[in-house]
Amino acid sequence: MTLSTPSWHRGLRSLVWPVAALALLLAFNAAFMPGFFALEARDGRLYGVLVDILNHGSRTALVALGMTLVIATGGVDLSVGAVAAIAGAVTATLLVEAQVAWPLAIAEAVAIGACCGLWNGLCVSVFKLQPIVATLVLMVAGRGVAQLITGGSIITFESAPVSAIGNSAFLGLPIPVTMLALAAVGLHLLVRRSAMGLYIECVGDNPVAARLAGIPDRAVMMTVYGLCGVLAAVAGVIECSYIKAADANNAGALLELDAILAVVIGGTALSGGRFSFAGTIVGAMLMQTLTKTLYMHDVSAEIAPAPKALVVIVVCLLQAPRVRAWMAGLWSRGGAA
Amino acid sequence: MTSDADRPLLEATGLVVRFGSVRALESVGLTVRAGEVQALLGENGAGKSTLIKCLSGVVKPSAGRIVLDGRPIEPDSPHDAERLGIATVFQEVGLIPHLSVAENICLGREPGRRFFRGLIDWKAVRSRARQAMGRLGLGGLDVERELGTCSVAVQQMVAIARALDVRARVLILDEPTSSLDRGECVKLLEVIRQLRSQGLGIVFISHFLDQVEAIADRVTILRDGVLVGTFEAKSLPRSKLISLMVGREFEAAAARDASDSGSIEAGALLSLRGFGRSGMLEGVDMDVGPGEVVGLAGLLGSGRSETARLVFGADVATRGRMTFRGKAARFTTPRQAIASGIGMLPENRKEQGIFPSLSVVENLVVSLRARDGAFAGLSLRAQVSLAEEFVRLLGIKTPDVHARISGLSGGNQQKVLLARWFATRPVLLILDEPTRGIDIAAKADVLRAVERLRAEGTAVLFISSELEEVTRSCGRVVVLRDRRSVARLEGSEITEQAVLAAVAQTT
Repeated sequence: MTLSTPSWHRGLRSLVWPVAALALLLAFNAAFMPGFFALEARDGRLYGVLVDILNHGSRTALVALGMTLVIATGGVDLSVGAVAAIAGAVTATLLVEAQVAWPLAIAEAVAIGACCGLWNGLCVSVFKLQPIVATLVLMVAGRGVAQLITGGSIITFESAPVSAIGNSAFLGLPIPVTMLALAAVGLHLLVRRSAMGLYIECVGDNPVAARLAGIPDRAVMMTVYGLCGVLAAVAGVIECSYIKAADANNAGALLELDAILAVVIGGTALSGGRFSFAGTIVGAMLMQTLTKTLYMHDVSAEIAPAPKALVVIVVCLLQAPRVRAWMAGLWSRGGAA
Repeated sequence: MTSDADRPLLEATGLVVRFGSVRALESVGLTVRAGEVQALLGENGAGKSTLIKCLSGVVKPSAGRIVLDGRPIEPDSPHDAERLGIATVFQEVGLIPHLSVAENICLGREPGRRFFRGLIDWKAVRSRARQAMGRLGLGGLDVERELGTCSVAVQQMVAIARALDVRARVLILDEPTSSLDRGECVKLLEVIRQLRSQGLGIVFISHFLDQVEAIADRVTILRDGVLVGTFEAKSLPRSKLISLMVGREFEAAAARDASDSGSIEAGALLSLRGFGRSGMLEGVDMDVGPGEVVGLAGLLGSGRSETARLVFGADVATRGRMTFRGKAARFTTPRQAIASGIGMLPENRKEQGIFPSLSVVENLVVSLRARDGAFAGLSLRAQVSLAEEFVRLLGIKTPDVHARISGLSGGNQQKVLLARWFATRPVLLILDEPTRGIDIAAKADVLRAVERLRAEGTAVLFISSELEEVTRSCGRVVVLRDRRSVARLEGSEITEQAVLAAVAQTT
């Protein structure tokens, strides 16, 4: 398979606006924020604002990749933040209280994330609950479960390998960046080399026709929600490794919204159908850059969501077919005059 | 001059409706007298729906006039029409299942309390609902019951009661019986008779000729947007009625009865005996041999698409037997049917067939890839060459196979959907209206493709409203009427006359 397939071209075209927005934001920072692009190499690893953005953006992007698949089927997963909190709680509790070896602790956290995702998939595909309702249940209940696991307190752990995930580097960049790259390439191969991607897009584009064409719609739902749960758990592990602790209350807070916004900015429609992993990753990085920019301009965390929302709505409007047609009309009229 | 007594209650004359360049109604008129049931008949696309939309204010005619009780009216919304005295119960009952019967009847016009207009007088709501249902002879119904828990028939009655709640003079019923079983239909017809005796003018639309004959005083027939005529129901034999509807003369020859439903035909690929589902299909007997094209004929609503959906597992059969390839079969999902070698081109291309935002090649390979599993290797190159082969074979007009299917014309979209099934090499392919809504050249291409498929040994179940296509393409025809199979024609017996005769036969 060559890269010059038409789907690749189409993917590139839909990337134009998110990439332009990201470039604009970076240019703004270059102009008004001295030191934004400063990079410093120490102990074989890079430091700087951009590196921070990549580090934290990768965590959001991991979740957003799973969310992309769920949204492509016409659904949504609100429980990713809660699942991340559960995964963090499981990891910390196993390390501290059960003295479990770190690979096993992480494996268990991810397995529990998979179970959470499969439960969502079961509710949506077999019990026919609306995705927003099915995952809302776990969004609310999941935090309670995480609190139960940690006993309501913040559990700190001393595990060099686990804290290394969020705090050390591979090839000069933070480890989450490598994890994101692996996940993105792995998912791309999984869904685009197999027929899975086609199934997902068909279910999202026309569920009635998908069933009549013989697509295993239930298995598709179980798979995408399961994958979303796994990736949310991985993000949860990364988050607890940043602070070397599991905070059931705050871990993964508003993660679902950042992930959904990243997907939407990346050009995957909330109504389902076509999806783009590349767009989602750009979207996640855009969200993270925006957050960082606002903090660096001393915009407090309380009002930061307002300007963020503004950027999101502008990028989404730019991608809406109606707005584009309208702008094209303005353009040609302006040209004629 | 007409005296006041026999002046028509509602008189529409010269109605013209155009949608773009398509003429949906061309100078059509309709008169409804008080205390009569006027049946409105016609095949798909004849203009029945457009006509009632004019009367109920959904569509504004570009010419013509509507006179109610001697006063010219121009309803500009269903609400306005109701206020003027024309109540309509549309095919999709617009009720809310989670509210009570009484709330549904009074929705949007709840009586307010005397001193606080914003508050609803629930006692008045209930008594008004009871009164409305009483008018239909259903005074005993608990009006506080949640509507969703009532049977479909009762829901239909509630829709009628709601329509009548606003002092209606004319009641329009669009296919009120299409989702009712036999017993429920009898009840509904009884209610209609009762309303007629109360002096209402009723316009009744149905595909079930038995019901029309049972209830109609006069029959108005439309065809291709043009008025064929209005006739006294008693003086219009069924054979005449059908030939007026389909626009072809035929002689009522005795068709052979197909009730030899005993043994299953030896060597048949697919056999149905008493096959059906309650409320959907009463019972169909049919055999399809390997490499045979069998036609399903009948008027709209006779159970053709329902038979197709039940065989394919899109709906699950609850009655009778089905054997496929010599074994008893009952598919509960299309996926199972596809795994056994069946394909189905659905009736509605846009809603049930295409994936509008995906490409031609994706739309084409989807069933093949769904059947073979996600991890069956089918390289992009192989997919493209498969698609290009079918584009050539079926003459699909598309810039290239990566173009979005929604940009293609209807006929070319249909060919892509045909190719989707051809690619799976099915043993039996069900084609539900494969030529609907496509141009003549594409029609010929589609029929040629079906013939080629048959020559390769695939059995085809062919459903079409176009009798000519059925008689030309099929080696055997099963005629359906009122959701059951009523006749079977073979070889030289298959003529348009014979099919029409079977459709027209009275039970």
